[in-house]
Amino acid sequence: MEPLIRHNGLVAVLDRVNVDTDQIIPKQFLKRIERSGFGQFLFYDWRYLPDGSLNPDFELNQPRFQGATILLTRDNFGCGSSREHAAWALLDYGFRVILAPSFADIFHNNCYKNGILPIVLPAADIDTLFERARQEGYRLTVDLEQQVITDDAGLTIPFQIDPYRRQLLMEGLDDIGVTLKHEAAIAAYEERRKSFPHAAEFAG
Amino acid sequence: MACRGTCRFGADMERTYGADILSQKDEVRTVTQQSPKTLFDKIWESHVVVAEEGKPSLLYIDLHLIHEVTSPQAFEGLRLAGRRVRRPDLTFATMDHNVPTDNPFDVRDPIAKKQIETLIQNCREFGIPLADLESPDQGIVHVIGPELGLTLPGKTIVCGDSHTSTHGAFGALAFGIGTSEVEHVLATQCLWQARPKTMKVEIYGERHPGITAKDIILGVIAKYGVGFGTGYVIEFAGPVVRDMSMEERMTVCNMTIEAGARAGLVQPDEKTFAYLRGRRFAPKGEAFDRAVEAWKQLATDEGAVYDKVLTFDVSSLVPQVTWGTNPGMCVGIHDVVPDPDSFPTEVERKAARQALAYMGLTPGMKITDIKIQHVFIGSCTNARIEDLRAAARVAKGRKVAPGVRAIVVPGSKHVKAQAEKEGLDKVFIEAGFEWRDPGCSMCLAMNPDFVPPGERCASTSNRNFEGRQGRGARTHLVSPAMAAAAAIAGRFVDVRELLDGKVALPEGGDSLGAAHSA
Repeated sequence: MEPLIRHNGLVAVLDRVNVDTDQIIPKQFLKRIERSGFGQFLFYDWRYLPDGSLNPDFELNQPRFQGATILLTRDNFGCGSSREHAAWALLDYGFRVILAPSFADIFHNNCYKNGILPIVLPAADIDTLFERARQEGYRLTVDLEQQVITDDAGLTIPFQIDPYRRQLLMEGLDDIGVTLKHEAAIAAYEERRKSFPHAAEFAG
Repeated sequence: MACRGTCRFGADMERTYGADILSQKDEVRTVTQQSPKTLFDKIWESHVVVAEEGKPSLLYIDLHLIHEVTSPQAFEGLRLAGRRVRRPDLTFATMDHNVPTDNPFDVRDPIAKKQIETLIQNCREFGIPLADLESPDQGIVHVIGPELGLTLPGKTIVCGDSHTSTHGAFGALAFGIGTSEVEHVLATQCLWQARPKTMKVEIYGERHPGITAKDIILGVIAKYGVGFGTGYVIEFAGPVVRDMSMEERMTVCNMTIEAGARAGLVQPDEKTFAYLRGRRFAPKGEAFDRAVEAWKQLATDEGAVYDKVLTFDVSSLVPQVTWGTNPGMCVGIHDVVPDPDSFPTEVERKAARQALAYMGLTPGMKITDIKIQHVFIGSCTNARIEDLRAAARVAKGRKVAPGVRAIVVPGSKHVKAQAEKEGLDKVFIEAGFEWRDPGCSMCLAMNPDFVPPGERCASTSNRNFEGRQGRGARTHLVSPAMAAAAAIAGRFVDVRELLDGKVALPEGGDSLGAAHSA
C-alpha cells in the first residue's frame, strides 16, 4: 500500500447524496479475480452512454476534472454493497482522497485498506468547498500529518481521523502483518475460550 | 465421520461447527457487580482479543462465510504473502452470486465460471468446507447459514457481503466486510474494529393482517432515512419484534444495512432456540440445552443505556412500495408518487428529481397505476419458505397477467425441496411463474437473470439502486405477497384487497373467480 502523508491534487465534484457502490462499480465488473484494472469501469453506467460513448453530462467527464485525485461529494457516500471493488476502482482511476459529510461504514473501511483517505467534514465545510470548487482547476492540499486541508487562497480546514488508521496510512502498513504480531494473544484467546462455559461467557 | 455429500473436501462436517467455543464444562463464573449491558455490549466484550487505548479493538470472529465474488482477491493475497487460513474449521463457503438459476451447471459466462472454479480451487487448497453446486446445502449464503445451524446466538459472524446483517436475527453480531478484511479474517480469524455506537429501534403497535416484516423494515427506513443507522449497531426490540417468526426477524435484520447500520440484532428467545434445535451444525443433546442456558443470558440488561433510541408504530402501516432509487424512497400502496418539490432540502429535492427521471414516474401518479413487466420473488431478504408460502397463497388459482414475466428463486436447495414437498412449485407453475434453482439471481443480476432497460420490476429484494437489476432497470421493492399480487394484476395492488376479490384483474387473471379468491 502506498503511504499517504501529504497530498496535493485537483478536486472533482460529484454533487449527489447516497452514491451507492452499485453506481461506483456496477456488478458486471465484479467478476474479475484480480484487484487491479477497475478504474476503467468506475461509475460505468453514469460515465458512459448505452452505446459505449462518454456521457457528456456526467460530472467527472468534464474536461476540467480530468486528472483529479480528490473527490468532493455529499452524504452517505459508498452506501450499499460491501464490494471493495468500489475502492479499487476509485484508486485505480486516480483518487487518493474523498471528502464528504458522511460515508457508509463498510466503504469507509475499504478505503483505508487501500490507501485512500476518506475525510468526514462538517456539512458547512463541504458547502464551502463545493462553492470554491466551481473555480476551474481548483486544487487542495491534504496534510495527513498536520490533519489539515488547505487551498491556495488561504482556506484552512482541520479534520479529525482515527489516530491508528492515520498511522497505518502514513506508513502504508499492511494490516495483517500488524495483527500477526498479536499471534500470542490470539492463541491465548482461543485457548481461553475452550474452557469458557458458554453460560458464563455472556453472563456479565 | 465422512462428509455425506454435503461438502467436497476433507473437513468433518458432522461435528458441531465451532464447537470449541461452546460450553464444554458446567462451570459458572460468578457474576460480579457490573453496569447493565446491552446485548451488543455482551457479544462485543466477550470477543475482544486485544484492546489498546485509542485504537480499534482486535475482535475474534467465530464464523466466516465466504462466496465466489468477494473472496478471490483475498485468497490471492494470502498466496502472495505465503500465509495460511488460520481456522478453516470456522470458515464455510458456498456459491450464490453468479449461479444461473435455470441450470446452475451451465455457467455460460466465462468470467463467472472462472470465479466459481476459483472458489472451488481455493477451498480445496486451504481446506475450507464448501457447499458447491452439487451439494444439497447450496444456496444464498445468508439463507444457508441459519438453516444449517452455522449461525448461532452470541457468535461474531462476518462475510464479504453487506447483507451479513441478516444473521443478527439470532442474536449474533454479524456484519459485512470488504475483501481486504476477508483476507485479514482468513489469515488471523480476527478483525480490527472500532466499537460502534448502539441504537435500539423499538417496534410496537397493532400489526394488521397482511403487513409483513418487509413492510415494517421499509416503513422504518422510509421514516428515518437510508443513513440513520450509520455508525450504529441496531437492536430491534418491542412487542412486534417479539411476535415475529425467525424468518421475519431475518428480513428485518437483512435490511439493517439499507439504513446504514452494519449489524442488526434481535435478542434470542424460545423461538430462536426452537428454530435451531436439530440443525446440522448446532450443538446436540445436552450440549444444546447448555447452550440454550447460555444464550438466555444474551439479553439487554434492565437499565442498560443505548446511544440512541427510536420508535416505530406499525398500527397505521399499509403494504409498502418503493418509488425511487434507494430503499428509503418508499410509500404506502394507496399513496401517490411524491413531488420532489415537497422535500425540505435542495439536496433531497435534487435526489428525488433524479430518481423520478430514472424511474420514469411523474409526481402525483398513483402507485396502483404503476404497471410492471417483471416480478422477482427471491434474494437473501425474502426467499425463505415462509416468503414462498405467502407468495403462493396469492398465486394459488390465479394467473400471472399477460405481458408479465415472473420468476421465483428459492433461497437455498433446502428451501426449494421444502417448497416442492408442500406443492408450492406446482402452485407457482400453474399460475405462470417460473420456478428456478437457488441463487442471488435478479437481486443484483450478476447471473443471467436481469431486467431489460426501461422495464419495471416488482422485486422482493433489498436494493432499488439505479442499474441494480440491470442497466436502466426500474426496481420497486415490495414484500413477497405484494410481488405475487403485482404479478397477477400486472400493476401494484393492495394484496389484501386482491385476496378479498376487490381488485379487477386482467382477462383470465383469476381462474377461481373473485368469490373464491380469499
